[in-house]
Amino acid sequence: MFSYNLDHLRELEAESIFVLREVAAQFEHPVLLFSGGKDSIVASYLARKAFYPAPIPFTFLHVDTGHNFPETIRFRDEWVKELGAELIVRYVQDSIDKGRVSEESGIHASRNALQTTTLVDAIEELKVDAAIGGARRDEEKSRAKERFFSHRDEFGQWEPRNQRPELWSLFNGHHRKGEHFRIFPLSNWTEIDIWQYIKKENIRVPEIYFSHERDVFVREGNIYAFSDFVQLGKDEHVSRKVIRFRTIGDMTCTGAVESVATNLEDIIREVATSRYTERGSRIDDQRSETSLEDRKRAGYF
Amino acid sequence: MMHSSDIDILRFTTCGSVDDGKSTLIGRMLFDTKSIMEDQLQAVKSASARRGMSGLDLSLITDGLKAEREQGITIDVAYRYFSTNNRKFIISDAPGHIQYTRNMVTGASSSNLALILVDARKGVVEQTCRHAFIASLLRIPHLVLCINKMDLVDYNQDIYQSIVDDFRNFSSRLEVQDVQYIPISALNGDNVVHRSENMPWYQGTTLMYHLEHVHISSDLNQIDCRFPVQYVIRPRSEKFPDYRGYAGRISGGVFRAGDPVMVLPSGFTSRIKSIGLAEKELEEAFAPMSVTMTLEDDIDISRGDMIVRENNVPQSGQDIELMICWFNKRALQSDSRYLLQHTTHEVRCQVKEVRYKMDITTLRRIQQDPALGMNDIGRIRIRTTQPLYYDSYRRNRYTGSVIFIDEQTQETVGAGMII
Repeated sequence: MFSYNLDHLRELEAESIFVLREVAAQFEHPVLLFSGGKDSIVASYLARKAFYPAPIPFTFLHVDTGHNFPETIRFRDEWVKELGAELIVRYVQDSIDKGRVSEESGIHASRNALQTTTLVDAIEELKVDAAIGGARRDEEKSRAKERFFSHRDEFGQWEPRNQRPELWSLFNGHHRKGEHFRIFPLSNWTEIDIWQYIKKENIRVPEIYFSHERDVFVREGNIYAFSDFVQLGKDEHVSRKVIRFRTIGDMTCTGAVESVATNLEDIIREVATSRYTERGSRIDDQRSETSLEDRKRAGYF
Repeated sequence: MMHSSDIDILRFTTCGSVDDGKSTLIGRMLFDTKSIMEDQLQAVKSASARRGMSGLDLSLITDGLKAEREQGITIDVAYRYFSTNNRKFIISDAPGHIQYTRNMVTGASSSNLALILVDARKGVVEQTCRHAFIASLLRIPHLVLCINKMDLVDYNQDIYQSIVDDFRNFSSRLEVQDVQYIPISALNGDNVVHRSENMPWYQGTTLMYHLEHVHISSDLNQIDCRFPVQYVIRPRSEKFPDYRGYAGRISGGVFRAGDPVMVLPSGFTSRIKSIGLAEKELEEAFAPMSVTMTLEDDIDISRGDMIVRENNVPQSGQDIELMICWFNKRALQSDSRYLLQHTTHEVRCQVKEVRYKMDITTLRRIQQDPALGMNDIGRIRIRTTQPLYYDSYRRNRYTGSVIFIDEQTQETVGAGMII
């Protein structure tokens, strides 16, 4: 017998590339949802590998809340250019201006939930039949039941009872007009797998993942970046801390961790020994126990 | 949790009836390997307290969706992740009651190992036999029978031994190659991650030790070379005007640059010019790697074709015999037509004959009732519109499996294993 064996990163890579190629083969208007965060960076990096030397056959789509970290947007534009991909941006601000959604108010105001409308509108406008995202099953309990090919009805909604069984590596992308799929090639990756892969492949990521000094404020025990988009409560004040971000979302709802991790090795060590989950400091997930599940059903990423 | 990058992946599925302690066992494995984070633990602590429990209810760690909590049921297969110094583990946690055949078959299809739970007080029950049958039908290479709740039978060796004997007796009628029997208490942690002090009579390994060390590198077929073409890469760019790359995932065997190959269905032969991924060229590639291959000769090849070795070709034909698991409310009947997905190839097919339905508790074949309803398992014969190039499922899980798609609803309605 042979003793050929793949290590975990190569096996995960092989699985994700298979899924990405299946999307290119089975769908007419696939897009890759690109936010500039580490997971969508890895997804797009794998897409480049999957189709090399041809260009990536997916348009990149970013739903911009207008509340992003400027560092992320800068990185997004550079990365897309490096890959030679086409980027389409749709703005939550436009959805607000058109009266499709209304802005939340108060100190906890966030545009996170509003993205869903902008995204579902963009999917309809661009006739998208497959939207690839970087979500992972280990992130949150409602994600633990996601498929690689996740079926969405004509309103973009996720119905957990109505998902297709996925067996072996046979993915059924057939759908009726108006329906679409969300595709999650990184389903089986965990946070540490992502960082190990970034290190192994020497992939560039936005600098805010590394330790830096920043103006922040503390709310309910979590540290948030101070910016023009936030409103401080009466007992809250701005201070300067050495922090990094484990996950990147809107500036208004992404918590930071105090950290001196300045390189990938430090980050891997920190993630490996951390006693808290990655999304533990995302306000958007903490609104209620089923916050992410509710947003997913409505058509969120 | 660890951070070595030189580990492999073990995928396993857990099966048990309601109240066998499956959620507690998974919770115990995650807890004792320190895979539960502080914020998750806090959530479980407060949920345990809300239910009036003084300690930590480990079964709540795997608590799922809102609808499930409201109705006290599990809807669907959930995937869990943890790792140790030796391995990364992917658990497919299939609910035991609702839709259990569909869910377990789904979880089993990609698993190296099945973990079947038995309640020591109840012994081998109908559900145990069903789970073992499905594990054997899906050809999961390794099976572990966990005799749980040993604490409730005073850690009695005779009870353990009689359950082992019962299961051996039943499984002798199945094709299972490797079975381990481990007496545990998920509740107290005996023999899960830590060795039990309550069962000195048990000389075997703990469950976790077994999961970390079971030999899985020969689970895939590394003998018969099979490369289903998934996508043809044609950049037509200035730099690569005539490049034609064949992208796919190796389903079996080892391919090397320079190897003579044959393309099916055309039968044309050529040699592998290069094999690799992106800029990286490889000397050899094997299952389950995703690669891009180029050939010495310009041959017309498209998605659904298969690249093989000339001296080792798969079977081919339009009349196919298979075992099938049916997932749909609309029963499968003779004459029904479906879309069939096999590797990267799609064809239409017609069901010619339902040979029998399996009573998976008694392992008896029922021949007089020709329709297969939801969650039924049976044997059928189909005819396809074009020839398939396949291996028996026994020989290769990837070139021997198919799914059935209803053309009206576009849903996946069945899964088949070629005999």
